[in-house]
Amino acid sequence: MRVSPKITQALAVILLGAATLLTVVVLVLIIAFVLKRGVPEISWEFLSTKPREMGKAGGILPTILGTVLLPLLAIAIALPMGVGTAVYLTEYTRENRITKIIRFGTDCLAGIPSIIFGLFGYIFFVTMLGMGWSMLSGGLTLAIMILPTIIRTSEEAIRSVPQAYREVSCSLAATNWETVYKVVLPNALPGIMTGVMLGIGRSIGETAAVIFTAGSSLMMPNSLNDSVRTMSVHFYLLAREGISTEKAYATAAVLVFAVLLVNLIAYWMMNRFIAKRSR
Amino acid sequence: MNSLSASKTPNTLRMTVRDLNLFYGNFQALKTVDLPVQANRITALIGPSGCGKSTLLRCLNRMNDLIPGVKVTGEVLLDDQPVYGSGMDVCLLRKRVGMVFQRPNPFPLSVRDNVTFGLRVAGVFRQNQLQEIVERSLRAAWLWDQLKDHLDSPALALPMDQQQRLCVARLLAVEPEVILMDEPCSALDPIATGKIEDLMMELRERYTIVIVTHNMQQAARISDVSGYMLLGDMIEFGPTDSIFTNPADKRTQDYISGRYG
Repeated sequence: MRVSPKITQALAVILLGAATLLTVVVLVLIIAFVLKRGVPEISWEFLSTKPREMGKAGGILPTILGTVLLPLLAIAIALPMGVGTAVYLTEYTRENRITKIIRFGTDCLAGIPSIIFGLFGYIFFVTMLGMGWSMLSGGLTLAIMILPTIIRTSEEAIRSVPQAYREVSCSLAATNWETVYKVVLPNALPGIMTGVMLGIGRSIGETAAVIFTAGSSLMMPNSLNDSVRTMSVHFYLLAREGISTEKAYATAAVLVFAVLLVNLIAYWMMNRFIAKRSR
Repeated sequence: MNSLSASKTPNTLRMTVRDLNLFYGNFQALKTVDLPVQANRITALIGPSGCGKSTLLRCLNRMNDLIPGVKVTGEVLLDDQPVYGSGMDVCLLRKRVGMVFQRPNPFPLSVRDNVTFGLRVAGVFRQNQLQEIVERSLRAAWLWDQLKDHLDSPALALPMDQQQRLCVARLLAVEPEVILMDEPCSALDPIATGKIEDLMMELRERYTIVIVTHNMQQAARISDVSGYMLLGDMIEFGPTDSIFTNPADKRTQDYISGRYG
């Protein structure tokens, strides 16, 4: 006996709707939980002063700075490398065994737990190259960690640029590089930005890879050679060592706002760029 | 094959294709094809889908180079210069032999930036020079009067026929010698098609045009010489008048009378 299409249709709507609802509810619950416990602790003093007694008292200014600088450094390193790799794989090579191996490699790299990157960064950057626990070590390690994401999202974005644009550009006597630079990359930018946002998000939320490479100093960083602590690491240490649950949740709440802010800025920049191009 | 002596006036050859074979992997898409392209004439290539007419067109400015696995033998000349020769600068070739595509494909940029694209690639950045060329190119494509006050509006917002004429203007801006058109009207309605055809007749005075078309009335209306292709062979080539009124080959006759194709 066949089930009537009306029933399957109704069932599908209910199941899909329920899945969406559940997702939204879980997300909202997590954010509400963090904000409820964290927001009352946030004050101007919390945002603008250094921590005292290992974070039990005082603010989180150095960790805010660390949370801004470290992902920026990681993106500054990973973006040119990742987009360059993606352009090379899509526009300068034909699909063959080597490109398949490279792509498989990046996919594997994307699935490796971050603590492995942390250990690698510790052995290679911190000790072997003698960079010590520093923003530089942390930035390089995070860059390697987010590189696969940037490569793959950029590749997808570049592939989705209509072939017709390349043909026209080519028929107007543009070289391969001019086509990439003037036609392909501008049109792929929204997709590339998605990869950048994912990368920044991962970097901001990262703890394991950061503790091993950037350390967890509570001092204000003065140079790339100084150790820093990000808000995620701060939150982890405060909670893990039972230093201060209140300060931990306040840090988490600031972190949530920071991620929100980053996304808003990214959207705003994107819209401005698109509006400017198609004016 | 019909000789060219039948054409109205003796004419110079701008491009010559001799014994051209083209393979996509193991598939032979062009079989020992000849094609003389006369200067300041419209040459039409007709034939059913998959007969190789677009492939032949794309050999004239080496657009097939973009496709992996293509092998070409034979000779293509642009004013006695071998197009597939090692001394040929492909960029320069494509500047001299430009192309208009099947679907209007302006870049998602403003009207002005579309027209100046080829120039900016070539390194022209002086504003007054660009402005002058924008006006000249848009005038030549009959768009200036409609668009002179909308140079900064997005090209993708234009109606289809204006988009296609913008693509022509974009091409004219780099001052090509030969214009290849790959079914330039197949995405347009009859009125828009008429406008593009009028434009082609006008451009013929200054440029050499090769057009691929599915539309036989179009070939009959606008072209001076036509070639009928079938399964990679050039079946018949000659003045359009005689091809359409008195085809020498039975297969040509079948096709133009609608019995095949």
